[in-house]
Amino acid sequence: MKKFKPTKKIVFASEKEMPMTPMSLGSMLYNLTGAWRNIKPVIDKAACIQCGICWKYCPDTSIYIEDEFPVIDYDYCKGCGICAEECPSKCIAMVEEEK
Amino acid sequence: MKKVMMGNHALSYGAMLARSQVIAAYPITPQTQVVELLSEMCASKALDAKFIKVESEHSAMAACLGASLAGARTFTATSAQGLALMHELLHWASGGRQPVVMGNINRAMAPGWSIWTDQNDSLSQRDTGWLQFYCASNQEVVDTVIQAFKISERFMIPSMVILDAFALSHTYEVVELPDQDKVDAYLPKFNPPFRLTPKEPHAFNALTSPDHYFELRYKLQKDMEKVPAAIEETGKEYEKAFGRYLGQVEEYHCDDADFVFVTSGTAGYTARVAVDELRKQGIKAGNLRMKVFRPFPFAKVREALAKVPKAAVVDRNCSYGHHGIFYQEIKSALYGEAKAPALFGYITGLGGRDITVEMFREIAKDTLSKPRPSEEIGWIGVKR
Repeated sequence: MKKFKPTKKIVFASEKEMPMTPMSLGSMLYNLTGAWRNIKPVIDKAACIQCGICWKYCPDTSIYIEDEFPVIDYDYCKGCGICAEECPSKCIAMVEEEK
Repeated sequence: MKKVMMGNHALSYGAMLARSQVIAAYPITPQTQVVELLSEMCASKALDAKFIKVESEHSAMAACLGASLAGARTFTATSAQGLALMHELLHWASGGRQPVVMGNINRAMAPGWSIWTDQNDSLSQRDTGWLQFYCASNQEVVDTVIQAFKISERFMIPSMVILDAFALSHTYEVVELPDQDKVDAYLPKFNPPFRLTPKEPHAFNALTSPDHYFELRYKLQKDMEKVPAAIEETGKEYEKAFGRYLGQVEEYHCDDADFVFVTSGTAGYTARVAVDELRKQGIKAGNLRMKVFRPFPFAKVREALAKVPKAAVVDRNCSYGHHGIFYQEIKSALYGEAKAPALFGYITGLGGRDITVEMFREIAKDTLSKPRPSEEIGWIGVKR
């Protein structure tokens, strides 16, 4: 799984340190958007034809190709299901999240 | 160089002399000639700028904002309904701190459909965080566009340069065009403190949580508060370079006046004729013309009216259910002041009805005959 440098949310203590306009100054990676998900994609590796279409379509760039197979980064996958919809071999199932 | 030109072309020449780099605009009467001439200037290379044709005023301002964020000096112009359609983007311009300069030809809001002048279009944009300059001559239009760029770019706050439909937009006057090299010295190249560039990627104007939004707006207001001093400073600098002073207000015989008209736009010059007449009759009249509306020139207004027993604010606009908008604002600026005149409010000239010297005579007569103003404001020239 891809490793990111740990990042922190920037909160300015004073307006004096802030730019005058709303602009990004750091990374949003601290925000683990995978927490928004209520259904998750699960790949059946045995049925996967390694076409890379899921990787190409993922709007959150949360699918990586590792050892020639797709792997889902659940820290950021929001569970939109586009990968499952586009998969030509229908090897991605959307499974309800449970606590 | 002296040239005879209409107010609309004065805006175009101002934008040209300021070396605008991107112009995006949508035509609307009475603004059309502003962009017509600018498009010709771009086509003939008299102005080295990119002219972007768009399908609406909303898109015109959006295009200006993108260009401005990329570091281009950006100009547009509109009127009335076009300005109203831009409303959302006006907030984006000031909130995003993009120093776009826009000409607005004051035109009455529909319905009834009108192409003639009044100020309700620009004054409806009062709280969008734009600087507002009201002009009374074509000379002032050219000069103010150049000054507006200078102030806007210093504080990263957009400016609206405003002139009356037809009374100025289509009226030809002699204009002294400043020399380009002197304008270049007065207004150096635009060098923003932040910009959209692949060399240093940032996302701009995105979701801003309650952690920071409040501070951003505080900073906008704090910078706005610095603008009045900067107008005086850049106005004096302009006078040094070009011989014409550009301030926040223009006083005409206010010093020893017993009675002062408070005006804006071309009505300010009509008022001066009335002042001369009244003075011949022994009435010490004066005129205070508001050149800047945002930021509001609190200090200048208080100072000019401190020694005056009576003043009449003449509004070519109305905040329906309240009073004339300049009247409201001047009352609020004088509230609690130990020395403040009895302040009378009048509305006249809506929808392009001519404001005449006769009307100023009527206003003076009314104000001077009453000991104090009443809740009911005066409507001058209504057929009733």
